[in-house]
Amino acid sequence: MKPSPFSYHRPRTVEEAVELLGALGEEGKVLAGGQSLVPLMSMRLAAPAHLVDVNHIPELDTVAVTAAGVRVGATARHARVEKDAAAYDAAPLLRQGLVNVAHPTIRNRGTTVGSLVHADPSAEMPAVLALLGGSVELRSTAGSREVAAADFFVGPMESALRPGELAVAATFHRPPPRSGSAFVELARRHGDYALCGVAALVTTDHDGAVTTARVALISVGPVPVVVDVGAAVHGTGTAFDTERLAGLLDAAIDPEADIHATAEYRRHLAHVLAARALTEAHEHAGPTRDERAS
Amino acid sequence: MTTEALVRVAFTVNGAPYDLEVPARRLLSDALRHDLRLTGTHVGCEHGVCGACTVLVDGAPIRSCLVFAVSLEGAAITTVEGCRNAEGGMGPVQQAFQECHALQCGFCTPGFITTVTAYLEDHPAPTAAEAREAISGNLCRCTGYQNIVAAVQRAAEIKWGEGA
Ligand SMILES: Cc1cc2nc3c(=O)[nH]c(=O)nc-3n(C[C@H](O)[C@H](O)[C@H](O)COP(=O)(O)OP(=O)(O)OC[C@H]3O[C@@H](n4cnc5c(N)ncnc54)[C@H](O)[C@@H]3O)c2cc1C
Ligand code: FES
Ligand code: FES
Repeated sequence: MKPSPFSYHRPRTVEEAVELLGALGEEGKVLAGGQSLVPLMSMRLAAPAHLVDVNHIPELDTVAVTAAGVRVGATARHARVEKDAAAYDAAPLLRQGLVNVAHPTIRNRGTTVGSLVHADPSAEMPAVLALLGGSVELRSTAGSREVAAADFFVGPMESALRPGELAVAATFHRPPPRSGSAFVELARRHGDYALCGVAALVTTDHDGAVTTARVALISVGPVPVVVDVGAAVHGTGTAFDTERLAGLLDAAIDPEADIHATAEYRRHLAHVLAARALTEAHEHAGPTRDERAS
Repeated sequence: MTTEALVRVAFTVNGAPYDLEVPARRLLSDALRHDLRLTGTHVGCEHGVCGACTVLVDGAPIRSCLVFAVSLEGAAITTVEGCRNAEGGMGPVQQAFQECHALQCGFCTPGFITTVTAYLEDHPAPTAAEAREAISGNLCRCTGYQNIVAAVQRAAEIKWGEGA
C-alpha cells in the first residue's frame, strides 16, 4: 500500500506548471487534491513517473461568480465551493451535488476541477457540469482551449484532457430565472459513491408551471447521462408522469451490474430517484428575487 | 538499486517547526509516524476510507494517508498529540472520550479526536443527529458508536463552558 517512486515538481505559477507538463508529456501527471490519485498510486493502479503538484499556485485557488455563472479554479477544494454563499446563490446545484461527494474530510482536500478531469462515471460534479452546461478551460504550451461540458466527458475515467494540458478552471452556467434544482442519490454507506444518483433542473413560467425539465444521471452509463424529460410533464405543468418518465430514462441509460447492484436495480433507482429529484427541483423553482419584491 | 532522491519540505506539527528531506512518495501518515516519531496518528486502510489517520491541516481535517508530505510545504499540521489543553493535560475531546467510555481498543480514536476537535470550532452545541453526521467519515470496529456520539456532545459542553 505504498506508491512507487516518482519525481516531484512544485511549480509556483501556471506558466511554470504548463512548461513542465509540456516537457514531460505522457510521463507527467497533475497532482491536485490527490483524493483519487493517491489511493490509486498506493494500490499501484497508477505509477506516474512525474507528478506536477499544482497546490502551490495561488492563482488557481479561486471561486468567482459572474453574470454567466460560477468559475471554479483548479485548486478550489470541494469544501470551499460548497460553502461559497455567492456560488450557492448563482447555482444551488453546486452545493446540492457537493454534499453528496464523499465525506467532509475528503472534501477539505479534493478539488472540484480534479473531480471533473478524473471523470468517474459515479462522481457527482461531472453530472452537475453536464446538467448546468458550461466548460472546462485547458492550458498547455500551445495555448488555451475551452471544452464545452457536453464534449468534456469522453468515457469512464476519461476526459478530453490531453497529455501536457492543465485544467485551470471550470465554469458552471447559472440556470435561467425561475429555475429549481435538486440532487438525490442512493449509496450503500453514507459518503460512498452512489449506486445511482440524479441531478434535476426544472424551469417554470410566471404561474409556476414547468416549462423545461432535464436530469443528469450518474452510475448508469459511461459518462453522466443528460436526459430532457420535458415530455413527461403533465399538461397542467404541475406534476410528472412517472411512466412516461421511466420510458424516457430507459431509452437513455445503460446501467451495468457489479457487486453492489444489479443492472435492473440501478434502472429501478433511476426511475424512482429521477421522479424524486424532479419534484424537489420543482418545489425549489420559484419567482425570481425581483418578481418577489414587486 | 539507486537511492531515491529526497525532497525538502518545511511545515509545523503541533506548533513545532520541521525541515525535512523525504522521498516524494512519503505519505504524510508515514512522515509523521516514521520520520517524526509521532505515532499517535494511526494507519488503517491507507486509501481514505477508515479515517484513523485524520489530522488537521491549517485547522481542517484531512486524511494523512491521502497526501504526500512534500505537498504540505508551509502548512500548519495538528495531530492527536496536539489536541491537548494548554497545560498539557487532556483536551476537551480527549476528556469527553474518557468520561463517556468512547473508546475500546483505541485504534480509531486519534482520527475521531482530530475530526471532532475541528468540528467543535464552529458547532458549539451539536444535536445527537448532528454529532452522528460529524463522525460519519470515521470507522470504529469496537464501540458501536453510541458512546462516541455522546462524547461529541459532552466535548462541546466541556469546550464551550457548561460543565468544564
Ligand atoms: C473515501 C473516498 C470517497 C470518495 N467518494 C466520492 C464520491 O462519493 N463522489 C465523488 O465524486 N468523488 C468521491 N471521491 C473522490 C474525490 O471527490 C476526489 O477529490 C476527486 O475525484 C478528485 O479530485 P482531486 O483534486 O483529489 O484530484 P487528484 O486525485 O489529485 O487527481 C485525479 C486525476 O485528475 C487529474 N487532475 C486533477 N486536477 C487536474 C487539473 N487541474 N488539470 C489536469 N489534470 C488534473 C490528476 O492528474 C489525476 O489523474 C472520494 C474519494 C475518497 C478517498
Ligand atoms: S488510514 Fe487513512 S483513511 Fe484509513
Ligand atoms: S475503539 Fe476499537 S476501532 Fe474504535
